[in-house]
Amino acid sequence: MIGPLFMHNAFGFEASLVVAFFIGIGFGFSLERAGFGSSRRLTDIFYGRDFAVMKVMFTAILVAMLGIFYLERFGLLVRQDIWILPTFLWPQILGGLIFGVGFVMGGWCPGTAFVGMVSGKVDAAVFLVGILIGSLGWGFVFDRVKGFYGSGSMGQITIYQWLGIKPELVAFLVVLLALGMFAGGNLIQRIVKNGGLKLRQPKMELAGELQ
Amino acid sequence: MSHVTQPKPYWSPYVAGVALGLTLLATYYFMGSGLGASGACSRIAASIAHAVAPATIEHNSYFAKYFHADQPVLKDWLVFEVLGVLVGGIIGALTANRFRPQVERGSHSSRNMRLVMALAGGIIVGFASRLAQGCTSGQALSGGATLALGSWAFMFSVFGGAYAAAYFVRKEWN
Repeated sequence: MIGPLFMHNAFGFEASLVVAFFIGIGFGFSLERAGFGSSRRLTDIFYGRDFAVMKVMFTAILVAMLGIFYLERFGLLVRQDIWILPTFLWPQILGGLIFGVGFVMGGWCPGTAFVGMVSGKVDAAVFLVGILIGSLGWGFVFDRVKGFYGSGSMGQITIYQWLGIKPELVAFLVVLLALGMFAGGNLIQRIVKNGGLKLRQPKMELAGELQ
Repeated sequence: MSHVTQPKPYWSPYVAGVALGLTLLATYYFMGSGLGASGACSRIAASIAHAVAPATIEHNSYFAKYFHADQPVLKDWLVFEVLGVLVGGIIGALTANRFRPQVERGSHSSRNMRLVMALAGGIIVGFASRLAQGCTSGQALSGGATLALGSWAFMFSVFGGAYAAAYFVRKEWN
């Protein structure tokens, strides 16, 4: 059957909840295996100690992004039927900045906090309670920020539409960006670990550092 | 000697990224939309508040939409997905010997300081994810994979905000 299956009425709402549950299991398991049930591992990237967060996120984006293109190529998926999150530029930028502050302060994001909590991390459970409070707080100030919330509206726009270039070209640039970030991250990790830019290492030491 | 079972090593981040990416791809193939987490948290929060003060929540301009719908608040795709995340996480942790009750922190942070920061950070993240209409799972990861413009702007902003604030909370993690 040609995807997205749910958009093509392959199954109904109740069945989609079962799908959600099993996909969630895959999501939670992958996050846990990535080591994202640890707030220290999640925040290490912001101190240059460990770029796992960036490697996992960008690898996942590459796999899904390229996967969508290939499924479309093989006639298995109608890309136009995929929901593109609408762009509200100003609240998404400001929200992102604030989110980042909360992330490095609290050590979690919502998805990883669930995994952390079931790994026994009390700080993750407390973080989740915080999320609930913050969400409620939002609801109570919503009337005052409604205008800003809808500002910078650009509709369901993608990077390639915004730049007016082919989607495949943007995908290629994202691959390059990811590869560059992987290399850059490894370099920074090495600098932070060695306390300096020591490029000449005895061969024995390098072998031990291979990821 | 105590028989402590050593935690297994994490997967390579690239392997974990492939697993996560395939899960995300499957989500797009099955549903035509991506993963998420903060949306479920918003519904859970509204649901709890509703049990305490139903009229207030039902008339709240942001939460009203949850209660004037065909389905109960918690009968929602993201809520069921998050239930799965809990199960997947537990299975992962138990099979890797990584389940251990603790308050994880750097050596320069006290237990209580870490918990206070976790609460404060969570409040900020909860608020910000509503403002941005998503979080790192929904916007950055899922929206990012579809090359949505706002999702990428959010992603870079998250890294920007976190790196800017990192210096001020370094004792918590060091």
